[in-house]
Amino acid sequence: MMEHWIVAPVVLPAMLAPLIVLWMRYDLVTQRVASVLGMSALLILAIVLMVSASNGPPEVYRLGDWEPPYGIVLVLDRLSALMLVLNAILGLVVVLYAIGSGWDRRGWHFHSLMQFQMMGINGAFLTGDAFNLFVFFEVLLIASYGLMIHGGGKARLKSGVQYVVYNLAGSTLFLFALGTIYAVAGTLNMADLAQKVAKMPADDTALIAVGAALLMLVFAVKAALVPFQFWLPATYTNAPGPVAALFAIMTKVGVYAIVRVYTLIFPITGTTGTLAHDLLLPAALVTLVIGMVGILGARDLGRAVTYSVIGSVGTMMLAFAQFTQGATAAGLYYLVHSTLVAAALFLIADLVRERRGRWGLSLVDAPLMRNHGMLAAFFFIGALAMAGMPPLSGFLGKLMILDATRGQWGLWATVLITSLIAIVGFARVGSQVFWRPYGFAEEEPPELPKDMTSPALAFTATGALIAGLVALTALAGPVSGWMQGTASQLFTPAIYIDAVMGGAEERAQEAARIGQHAHGHMEVIDEMRQEDAGSDPHATSPQTETPQTGHDAPAAH
Amino acid sequence: MEVLVSSAIGVLTAAGIYMILRLRSFPVVIGMSLLSYAVNVFLFATGRLVVNQPPILREGVTSYTDPIPQALVLTAIVISFGMTAVVVMLALGAFIEAGDDRIDLDESEGDQ
Repeated sequence: MMEHWIVAPVVLPAMLAPLIVLWMRYDLVTQRVASVLGMSALLILAIVLMVSASNGPPEVYRLGDWEPPYGIVLVLDRLSALMLVLNAILGLVVVLYAIGSGWDRRGWHFHSLMQFQMMGINGAFLTGDAFNLFVFFEVLLIASYGLMIHGGGKARLKSGVQYVVYNLAGSTLFLFALGTIYAVAGTLNMADLAQKVAKMPADDTALIAVGAALLMLVFAVKAALVPFQFWLPATYTNAPGPVAALFAIMTKVGVYAIVRVYTLIFPITGTTGTLAHDLLLPAALVTLVIGMVGILGARDLGRAVTYSVIGSVGTMMLAFAQFTQGATAAGLYYLVHSTLVAAALFLIADLVRERRGRWGLSLVDAPLMRNHGMLAAFFFIGALAMAGMPPLSGFLGKLMILDATRGQWGLWATVLITSLIAIVGFARVGSQVFWRPYGFAEEEPPELPKDMTSPALAFTATGALIAGLVALTALAGPVSGWMQGTASQLFTPAIYIDAVMGGAEERAQEAARIGQHAHGHMEVIDEMRQEDAGSDPHATSPQTETPQTGHDAPAAH
Repeated sequence: MEVLVSSAIGVLTAAGIYMILRLRSFPVVIGMSLLSYAVNVFLFATGRLVVNQPPILREGVTSYTDPIPQALVLTAIVISFGMTAVVVMLALGAFIEAGDDRIDLDESEGDQ
């Protein structure tokens, strides 16, 4: 029974979004109610799925009941469940903030785009098929294009065009990568790919390695790893505040895909060897340095937060690039932390921008704003957590990463020195925005935007993220224990492969016994299976065989 | 045929990359379309190049072509078509708002 719920995180927002567009189009209040209810339902669903995924092997949902590897499967394992919960939390907070701050009425269709965004992100986390991953990437991107330019304006539209073009180029690269992999392996189901790639002869891996490296580039674009981070600063700074906060999970989609693909399909012990490690580690180090130095060089608060997001991606990729169980567990803990703190900082930056009037977020002298003390406290907590100072979860996450990479002195030095740079950078930004105004205390505070719904709700949403950080710190023991379990599941890919591919033969025989009408279908599958066991991964018969290129023949088993 | 298809993919890709590196949004959109044509042909070729064979497996058919790349290409075409429409709309919007169709951000715009 549980298995049917796996598809719900994709179907629920997919149903709700058109309802909001078509039925509640002119009534913002109904839209808001539907959106909040939808997000709450998604969160409950994600938590139920997470509980179910924690106590057992990965669960598989076969769309249309096609047998893997022929149909698309959704797979719920611990990692997917974790990402679903994180996404749902962020979605709910962002919707509440957008309602409270009035952002959702500054343009059309905010709530339905949010639902489509949720659908794409949840689908990307759940799918067990590489091409389907591409499709869900496109769904989440197209929703994000709409959200990115929500509210309009020259700078936002221009950086929106850049963002779209950059990501379209990334999508094209994704298709090239998938094409290369399909040409070699003859399948795109992740579990099936993992089996096929593992069986390839070790002396003939050139083409599949090209596919693996291309795929890495695509995910690096999404995760904003150097040298593909250029799209991120302009996009995140110009996006509406709540949208930038939601985008905190978008870079994590790239990180998730790297972790999934390079532990399952191209593991470090497998045919392609240490390719992923060799590419990722230097990229992560440079990303970390550029991100943290960027905080120091930022000319406004928004940019500083944006660069700290790049830096945190670098930190977590350092952990994931180790491809060891301990480091991955530490990286996952840091991933949750960095998503929450990045979202919190973007919301804080937006609260400040709205209250600072014409001074915006730039680092110039401005009068005291409304709620000054509260915002300063929020920023202080967020900056501490982001920089990795005790006592919050940023410190614990970095500590775990350092612990898991013991002996790599260069890496330790980079993490520690860049943390110091981040502290200096945030101190500089924070003292300009929050301390200097006390010199102008007698001036009138800038006017608030007129379309705010409920500032209290916006503060509550931001506070909820900070409370999440505190909870993550307080529950660090159980959470990191859970992450250890998740990492151990990731580093035993056989569990995932068995869950998807196991039992397919028996089910096929069962179905063949049950009814005549199922017979034809199954026979075709059996035939294809036999063909598959033959010499070529593609169903091309000998008469029509095209001239075999050198790489082709040995690649098939 | 292999030479023809592979050089077509190569030329399309090269032209596409050249175009997306241009300064104005119109050539960039054209470049994106060229790139998506290139990738569609490439995807089609990943099932091996076969002429005049059915992509359907049934009794009595002994030679056939791989149907999966065709399905993938169809999906990719639909998606790239939609994406091109989105980017055209966005570029138009940016052009109307900003008064020029330069794709880069100048200093002040990037910092807002």
